[in-house]
Amino acid sequence: MANTSTDAAFVEFERVQKSYDGVNLVVKDLNLSMPRGEFLTMLGPSGSGKTTCLMMLAGFETATHGDIRLGGTSINNIPPHKRGIGMVFQNYALFPHMTVAENLAFPLEVRKIGKSEREEKIHRALGMVQMNDFAGRRPTQLSGGQQQRIALARALVFEPELVLMDEPLGALDKQLRETLQFEITKLAHDLGITVVYVTHDQTEALTMSDRVAVFENGRIQQLAPPDQLYEKPENSFVAQFIGENNTLMGEVKEITNGTAVVQLDGGDLIDAVPVNVSKVGERTRVSIRPERVEMNKERLMPGAKTLKAEVLEFIYMGDIFRTRLRVAGSDDFVIKTRNAPDQVRLTPGTQIEIGWLPEDCRALDA
Amino acid sequence: MSNALNQDAENGPVMAADGTPLKRSLARALRRQKGRALLLIAPLLIFVLVTFIVPIGSMLFRSVENDIVANTLPDTVQRLASWDATSGELPAEGVYEAMYYDLFVAAEAKRHTRLGSRLNYEESGISSLFRQSGRKIDDLAKDATKALESAVPAFKDGETWYALMNAGNDEANSGLLSAMRGRIGRLNDSSASGDMDFAPSALMADILPLTTRSYTEWAVYEATEEGRDPATRDPWELVPLALLQELKTADLSGLTGTRAELLTQAQAVNFDIPPYSEVLADIDPEWGTILPWETIQTHSSKYTAGYFLNAVDAQKTPEGYAWQPEDKQILLKLFGRTLIMSMIITCSCILLGYPVAWLLANLPTAKANLLMILVLLPFWTSLLVRTSAWKVMLQQQGVINDVLVWLGLVDDANRLIMINNQFGTIVAMTHILLPFMILPMYSVMQTVPPSYLRAAKSLGATNWTAFWRVYFPQSIPGIGAGSILVFILSIGYYITPEIVGGTKGVFISNRIAYHISSSLNWGLAAALGSILLAVVLLLYWCYDRIVGIDNVKLG
Repeated sequence: MANTSTDAAFVEFERVQKSYDGVNLVVKDLNLSMPRGEFLTMLGPSGSGKTTCLMMLAGFETATHGDIRLGGTSINNIPPHKRGIGMVFQNYALFPHMTVAENLAFPLEVRKIGKSEREEKIHRALGMVQMNDFAGRRPTQLSGGQQQRIALARALVFEPELVLMDEPLGALDKQLRETLQFEITKLAHDLGITVVYVTHDQTEALTMSDRVAVFENGRIQQLAPPDQLYEKPENSFVAQFIGENNTLMGEVKEITNGTAVVQLDGGDLIDAVPVNVSKVGERTRVSIRPERVEMNKERLMPGAKTLKAEVLEFIYMGDIFRTRLRVAGSDDFVIKTRNAPDQVRLTPGTQIEIGWLPEDCRALDA
Repeated sequence: MSNALNQDAENGPVMAADGTPLKRSLARALRRQKGRALLLIAPLLIFVLVTFIVPIGSMLFRSVENDIVANTLPDTVQRLASWDATSGELPAEGVYEAMYYDLFVAAEAKRHTRLGSRLNYEESGISSLFRQSGRKIDDLAKDATKALESAVPAFKDGETWYALMNAGNDEANSGLLSAMRGRIGRLNDSSASGDMDFAPSALMADILPLTTRSYTEWAVYEATEEGRDPATRDPWELVPLALLQELKTADLSGLTGTRAELLTQAQAVNFDIPPYSEVLADIDPEWGTILPWETIQTHSSKYTAGYFLNAVDAQKTPEGYAWQPEDKQILLKLFGRTLIMSMIITCSCILLGYPVAWLLANLPTAKANLLMILVLLPFWTSLLVRTSAWKVMLQQQGVINDVLVWLGLVDDANRLIMINNQFGTIVAMTHILLPFMILPMYSVMQTVPPSYLRAAKSLGATNWTAFWRVYFPQSIPGIGAGSILVFILSIGYYITPEIVGGTKGVFISNRIAYHISSSLNWGLAAALGSILLAVVLLLYWCYDRIVGIDNVKLG
């Protein structure tokens, strides 16, 4: 307990592997280290191993190989009820035969906390989620959002240092989800708790987290803060999975001081940042975010390379315009422009020229 | 316009677009749907009604039905009503006379033995009294007939009687005819409404009421029950007896022609009729005691609580209600035993079934399926086979005893008695009813998501606490459903206690079966069945109040 500074790893996965059937690995060589107070999201498609990792951390699954440490001690052999980790489940898992107050009292009762202290803690926890008026209700009498708040309060009421959340907002509608995203983040930061949050919703991951671990095929593909993840994806899976993305296939022609020249399959040459391409002649997938594509030549750097494009479709989306183009043989190249007074609305069939800053264009693995 | 509509909605009933009240409009729209739905289930509904509800209803009705006494001895019952059984005096002469006439008719219709066995349920010995009396009742009447026929040979001829009694062109007493139709019909459990070519003469009914009445009774019986024409046949010997009795005092001045001639001749016959009390006492001295009369009077009402009283070891007496003699009190004990043993069986089913249901709900599918087959296997075996198997297992020379002796746990001389007692019944029935407990439990447990247990553990509960505080309460609806099912099934179980129960392990249903098929006391059987049904409904109601029937889930 002595040196629990924020820098020291609070939660650690070291070379963790998990297999259910002895044939396939669900989690392959997982290494992860979290400081105290961090909000970390495990993001990935279903079957990518993120929930398994969470369950191993909670103690409901045992790691086939490797070590999981909490506050410096290995918890591989500690049963779940002794780990003191709060958990919020996907379907809330509120006990239907107990009232809201009884649900919250449960973790306190099993910890043999006295009645008055218990009531005070329940009151405080319900206050945190603005649900004090609902203490006497049964879970079935609450709406989905209210149930989620109670589940959150129950996971927090015994003041755990680490809280795990397994797709807690998956069943809620969009508006409620956004409200709760904000509330959960705020609560986590106010209380200074460490949170491991599992979701397959990338917006959720980007808006809530300090860092996001993108899972795919049992491995972490990239572990980075949201902005880096979005702007500087390290491989094409991350680039595709996070946000909308345009990809163009090509071949590396030359790499000079941090810039690669890529010849697209259409023959055009473009500049890109080489991320995981290293040698000339390698196949590459070039990735550009739709909102970083520029149609106004004056805003590009002098001498920047441009591409010819034909407008195929113009979609009015309110705050933005979404225009689908044919670029270098690809029919689903999308650009997004802000709905500003001076913004032109392109009509299908128009021939335009597009370009981008070289640092926004990333040459990734094919 | 929209204002007006709004006001309508606020002040009066809401209207449909065409101005009719919305409620009516909705009802009309739904009526067709409902009608079609009803039509769809109609065959099943009718089937259930006809084959299930009606027979059960009529069976239950038997538990209070008691019109046999009043139907067989209508006159006697009526006259006996004013007699006070507690006075210690015998009934009046008129009662004896009515009994003679009623019993004669009953004996002719061969209904007296039925009444005898009915009253025998209340007072043993009455059955033989009635059988005996039925055999000897016509002695006096035969003598009277002989005397009349030897003095006036014309009376040997049935046609003479017919001419005498039939209205012909005279005024007919149709009231008497229909009353006798009713009386014979009730006696024979038939309608007695067939066509007949006879109507009692109103004149004769005035002068010789008893004779006319008896003749009409006979004529109705002859025509409707036997299908013979009364015009050509001799009446019962009862009619000459009535005639001779009435002629002693009758005033024949109102008669003319053949009737006057015949009856004046008959009036001359000297036949001495002793008091009917002596006649009956001659037939069986018991008629000279209070007991049979008391019994008849006590049980003469058309509906009786007597069967229900018998069912709870009590009986109706002239003074009110009393317990049966000690040695006959078995039914309450049997009810109690049935309830207690059913509870024991239910509890042991819960104890044995819960872990199995839990395994079924939590094992991987392949293993759970195998286990499910094992649970269902007994269902595919005949009940009789399963019960007989327990006989093989439990008897003193049976498998279990043999093994225990072989292991040296039990001395060969003192083999355990595990069958033909309550233990045998409990073991066999627990085994037979176990699937009915496991299946509802399993289907409820299946709906409890494993995340609840995980949640409980993540909140700091040990395995046991998580189970007891979180899983178990959610499985209670399954226990409730299984318990109701097993309890209700076991409370009415018959075949297994019959086979392995011996004398100490039988249930109330075995007694019901005995009364249905052996003692033929259907009224008592129906009363026992009704009580059983009431007990089950009562327990169901209690369960609903305590646990709530909404909490019962079969899946």
